[in-house]
This record gives sequence, C-alpha cells and structure tokens, in this order.
Amino acid sequence: MLKKDLGLLILILVVSATVAFINPRFLLPINLSNTMNLIGLYGIFSIGVGLVIITGGIELSVGSMFALLGVIFVDLLSTYEINWALASLIIVIAGLILGALHGFLVTRMGLQPFIVTLCGLLIYRGIARFYTEDATAGFPFGVTYPALQWLTTGRTLGIPHSFVAFIIIAVVMGIVLHRSVFGRYLFAVGKNEEAARYSGIRTKRVISSAYIICGGLAGLAALFLTLYTRSISPATHGNFYELYAIAAAVLGGCSLRGGEGSMLGIVLGTILLQVLQNLVNLLGIPSSLNFAVIGAVILFGVLADQQIARYGGITQFFRRKTVPQAMPEKQG
Amino acid sequence: MADPFLELIDISKSYPGVIALKGVTLSVAPGEVIGLVGENGAGKSTLMRILGGVAAPDHGVLRIDGAERAAMTIDAAGKAGIAFVHQELNLFDNLDVAANVFIGREPRKAPPLRLLDTEAMRQRTAPLLKKLGADFTPASPVADLSLAQRQLVEIAKALSFDARLVILDEPTSSLTVTETNRLLKIIADLKATGVSVIFISHRLQEVERCADRVIVLRDGRKVGELTGAEIQHEAMIRLMIGRDLKSLYIPPKAPPGAEALALSDLRTSAFPDKTVDLTVREGEILGLAGLVGSGRTEVARVVFGIDKQTGGEIRLKGEPVRIAEPREAIARGIFLVPEDRKQFGLLLDVSISQNISLPDLASYAKAWLIKPAQEDANAERQKRSLNIKTPNVGVLAGALSGGNQQKVVLAKWLSMKPRIIIFDEPTRGVDVGAKQEIYELMRALSDSGVAILMISSDMEEVIGVSDRIAVMHEGRISGLLERSRFSEDNVLRLAVGRPLN
Repeated sequence: MLKKDLGLLILILVVSATVAFINPRFLLPINLSNTMNLIGLYGIFSIGVGLVIITGGIELSVGSMFALLGVIFVDLLSTYEINWALASLIIVIAGLILGALHGFLVTRMGLQPFIVTLCGLLIYRGIARFYTEDATAGFPFGVTYPALQWLTTGRTLGIPHSFVAFIIIAVVMGIVLHRSVFGRYLFAVGKNEEAARYSGIRTKRVISSAYIICGGLAGLAALFLTLYTRSISPATHGNFYELYAIAAAVLGGCSLRGGEGSMLGIVLGTILLQVLQNLVNLLGIPSSLNFAVIGAVILFGVLADQQIARYGGITQFFRRKTVPQAMPEKQG
Repeated sequence: MADPFLELIDISKSYPGVIALKGVTLSVAPGEVIGLVGENGAGKSTLMRILGGVAAPDHGVLRIDGAERAAMTIDAAGKAGIAFVHQELNLFDNLDVAANVFIGREPRKAPPLRLLDTEAMRQRTAPLLKKLGADFTPASPVADLSLAQRQLVEIAKALSFDARLVILDEPTSSLTVTETNRLLKIIADLKATGVSVIFISHRLQEVERCADRVIVLRDGRKVGELTGAEIQHEAMIRLMIGRDLKSLYIPPKAPPGAEALALSDLRTSAFPDKTVDLTVREGEILGLAGLVGSGRTEVARVVFGIDKQTGGEIRLKGEPVRIAEPREAIARGIFLVPEDRKQFGLLLDVSISQNISLPDLASYAKAWLIKPAQEDANAERQKRSLNIKTPNVGVLAGALSGGNQQKVVLAKWLSMKPRIIIFDEPTRGVDVGAKQEIYELMRALSDSGVAILMISSDMEEVIGVSDRIAVMHEGRISGLLERSRFSEDNVLRLAVGRPLN
C-alpha cells in the first residue's frame, strides 16, 4: 500500500468517525448499506475513467452515456421486450463501441481527449433527449424483471450487489493495472508516450484500449443506474457523474498529467466522495451546499498532499528538515 | 587594451562525483573577443552558467566593475550587461521578431488599459536589425525565419539590453558557410562598438578568425591561454585534448562480416528529394558524421520505424523489409539508442529495473502477469555487467547521472538479442569515465557480430571510435572515409559539402 493510499484511508476513517460521532445514524445498517450501494454505482465507472486518466487522457462523457444507454436500455426492455440478458449485453457492447470511437478519434485522428469526450458529453445527451422527445423513460407500471433486479439492486446479507460488482471489478482491474503487462504499458504510455513508443509499445492500441474499457464499464454502470433510478429523465440523468469519477481518481492519486495512480486509490477516492455526500445529508448541511463541500474537500486534500510531497513526505514534514538538493541535470 | 570590466577569479565548482571547474580565472575587457574552447565536458557550460548566475561557484569571486561578489544572480548578470545567445535558441516562434526582442518588458500604451505598443516595439527593434544587417523586418514572424536569422534575433535581443558582453554558445554549429561569414562580420562590428564577445565553439577555424584571445579548458581547468599570433588551430587542439585523438580507438578483433543493414535510395520526410545509400556490416562500427540538421537522426528514425519511409529500400542481410513501427524493428533485432534519452530513451520516474524490462515485458511475464523478481534479477545482471552505478535497481532512472542513464538505455537492448544497434549521440551529457566504458561496450558488441551505426557530432568520438565514417550533408551521404583517410579536416569538408583534398 502506498503512503498516499494510507493517507486517504486515514482521512476516510477520520471523516467517518466524525460523522458517526455527531450523528450516530451514520452507523445504522440501512445507511451503511445505502452508502455502499452508491459507492458501487459510482465506483464502477470511476475505475474506467481512472484508467483513461492514467494514460494521460480524460473521459468527460460517461454521464451523458448513462442517459443515452439508459433510455435505450429501457426501450429495449419495455418497448421491444427483448430478453433482459441480451438487452444488457447490447448496452455493454454499445458502451464498448462508444469507447472505441473515442479511442479512435484520440489516437488515429490526433484529437485532444478533452475535446473528443466533451463533444461526446454534448452529443450523447442531445441524442438521449431527442430519442425520448425529452420525456422521462420508465419501465411500464407493474412490470418487473426479477432476475435483473436481483442482480443489480439486490442485496446479500445486507451488502448491495452493486458494491459486490464494484469490488470484483476493482480486484480484477487492480491485478490488470498493477500486475499485468498491459497495466505496465498503461503507466508507461501515461508517463512518456514517446519513450514508450521507442520501447516498441503500440501506444495507440494501449490508449484506445483504456477508452474501450472505460466505455464498457460505463455501459455496465448504465445498467445499474437505470435499475436504481427505474426511470430516466434524459436531461438530468447522470449529470456531472463524469466529474465524480474524475474527482475520485484525482483524490486517489491519479495525476491528470498521466502515468500515476493506483486502483486502491481510485476505490478509496470513490468511498471518500460518497462518505462526504452522506456527511452533507446526515449533518443537516443544506443539500444545495453539496457540491461546495465536496469541492472544498478535494481542493484541501490535493493541496495538503502536494505540500506534504514538497517537504519530502510526512516524516520530513514534521521534522521540518530542509529539502534534499536535486541532482544537477547536466555537468561540464 | 582597456581594463577588464568583468573578472572571474579562481572559480571552482563541483557536482556530486564530478569536478566541473577547478581554479579557473577569466577576465573580459571592453571590445574584446574571447574564444572559449574545450571538449564536451571540459567545463565551458558550467563556466557560462556561473557567469549567467544560473549556478553559484563553490569557491572564487566574481568582480564586476571593481565590485566583488561571491556569486552572480540572473538579475545581476542582466544589469552588468551580460547577454547569452544559447545554442538552443529560446525564441517564441508564434510571435514576431519585435515581440521576441521585447518579451517580458513590452512597451505599453497609456493607462488605464496599458495595451501593448506594437508600433513602439517595432520602431525600437528596427535599428538593431539594421545594425546587424538583417534581411527581415521587426514584423516578420519568427516561425518564417531560418536558423541563422533566428540567431540574429537573439543577438538583437542581447543588444537591446545594451549588452556589454555577448556570449555566443556554438553559434555556427548549424550555419552555412555564408551565414557563418556574416556572423563573424557581426562579431567584428560589435567589437568595433566596444561590445565584448565570448565565442564558444568547436569550429576552431572560426575561433582562429575572430578571437583576440583564446582560453582553453580541459577537465575543468584552464590549460592554456593564447593571444594574437599564438591562436592557431594546431595549438588549440593540442591544448584541448592533451593526447592523441586515436588513443580512443579499440581495433576490432576480426574483419567485418557480411552486410547486416543496407539502405538504398532511402528517402526521409525531412529531405524528400534526397536519397540515402548506406551499408553497415556485421562486426563494424560505422560512424555517421555531419552537421546538426543534416538528416542523420531522420535516417535512424525511419530505420527504427518511428517515421514513415517515403521511398527506397531497407535490407536486412540482403532481404528487403518494411518497418512500420518500432515494435517491428525491435522484433528484427534493430535497436535505437536515441539522442534525447530523457525524452525518448527512458521513463525517468520509473525504476531502473522496469525501464530495462519495458521493451521485452512479455519475457518477464507468465500468463501476462509480470514477475517482478525476474525483472529485478535481469536488471541486477545488467547492472553488474554494464557497471551501472546505483545502490539497487529499484532506483528511479531519473536519479542517475547521464552516463548511467545511458547504460540503462543500453541495458534495455542488451537484455534482448541485438543484431543492429543505432546509437544517436551515444555520449552526449556523459562524463569522461563513462564515455570510455560505453566505447568499450560498443566494441564488445561489434566483436560479437552486432552491426553498429553511430551517429555523432563529436569529432573526437567519430574519428576515435568508428571503423569507417559516412558523412552526411543536407540529406545525402556526401562521402565515405576508410580509417586511413580519417581526419577532422576530411570529415568537416564532407560535412559542409566540399570535396576532399
């Protein structure tokens, strides 16, 4: 475990303990279970966005993808009455395709990731609203999908299945990111794309893969979110969710310059964000202040992290030692 | 001659593991042209960094107009009228000439808006350009200027500060003969108006032509000072190297073998209408000399699959191949040690071990999961065999010295099966000791049958290390020298496109 992750974990524990102390309802099983559910929902796509960020890119369109894929999913199930498993598969594949499209535009067309995914954000949202003529898409009254609902919104021993899915994905992607050849390539490309290319890495493929994985996870998250809300207003469904994902990744130690980050960090970042959301609710802070509180915490966290890093780690920070001199770049 | 206005007295400076300067004294009088020569790593850059206030000396004093100080600051250097024209020009090519001259201190219009006064900027730039005999206007975009013209912009900028001392670092290394002549004329004009010039160059003929006094540095010490008629090519070389050029040469164990790599009519995007023909044999070191910008790196990039091959043929052992990306080159055993190792050769904030395994990661993995122990074991082996100076292989590559970084780049390739290795400026920024080790490694590789193509702008290196030298001039091979015809003069003649004697 990296020091950064440890610091994050301590922060989560401190915030949780404080909330629990002020409002013991925080520890009620139902509250914990609901928070876990939210952690799972947000975590699944945050992992994908985190991978893209590690390659030095950015993914801004996941929130709009949830609206677009969500209304399609609802339509597939209720209007076309397609088998839920097949419909789910179609949605995940649609997510993969959108991711592949982003990867193609970024690596083959040489567009900036910010622009590509910003356009995605606008386009998908627009299509979703057009598709339903801005009406809310929902499942027909009284119709249920027991197996699908159990898988996505069900709970086992009080643990929401979204959270279980999140943990499974996090473990798998953690191994991929930190142990596999592909994961090493992701970091290498993010650190220095040119040097990676000079080492024979197919950098375009690696970067595209990150967008594809992100798209796939966004498709999966779209299923969970659709079943969680059960109805989708295409104008607002998933609004700002991409920012939660970016925030979680950054809090978890991913650098927007690429090449840095860890799966544990992304997981802890997601948890911290949801605990903060919960804090706002439980401490009676006006919910209109929600974003302000989260923004302030992220700003403070990143600032503190940077200051500590500048003073050479936590121990140095407290010992007030001087910074060790950097080696000269060039001599002679 | 007038009294010196600037003196550096008994300056020493050391970096961890390297003594960069030892007891160097230098004085500059108004209107004096001083040549500063020395091999790469002799301490010229460090001396200039101290003069410019970028580095502080460990020992010694600086005296400006009689006032002593322990170290210069960047501000004080500016106030004292010291201006630099760096080898890598620091211009903004998205701005015009006048904007570059006045960058950071732009004249403004009246308050409250205080907008940029473009007119004033251009009017004040025009006389400077006239003085330099420039053939462009203050409004010309820098992007449209040639390298020589850009250099004039830098000099104009220096003059706009009322510089008393202009330091030119390798100003002619990429200029044509005409452009060089004009620059030398400008130096003479500056001298006539009382401006002093420090001229740092490897081009000894030019130093000979323009300097009143030459200071020779070697291994951080001032080893000689020549004035007037003493300033001669031979004398400078003798002082600079203090040894015979050929002492570097390690002869191959066996005569070269079959053709390993052949380029015929190869075209690169840098010189689309020129073609390159070149053959490297197994077991030989072929030096590729030429001026900066002559297209050598571009050839390497095409062979390694970084750039598109726009024409011609690459043959490996006689068999034509297409190389579309570095991965394919690597699979065929063609490796590149790039010129800019910080940008292309290494991941600086990744460990030595992970840098070494990167091109061949699949070999250290089972079912696509990497075995770090295997990576470290291999890195340890390479560390020992290449004598990489580091406590352990978990150290970040960026923390190593230049020479050790270069060894890590080499270790990447030596862990695989090399057939052809292209070295682009293999010892740039590498200290003297490590240099020799790298040369020995290159020879050991060639003796084991690897074909080596060594691109180098370091004359001592090209002549001292190569078995044959091919010289490039403006995108084509202008000549091929066998060892018996190796001389600085011959290489330079071919490099500037003149025939051999």
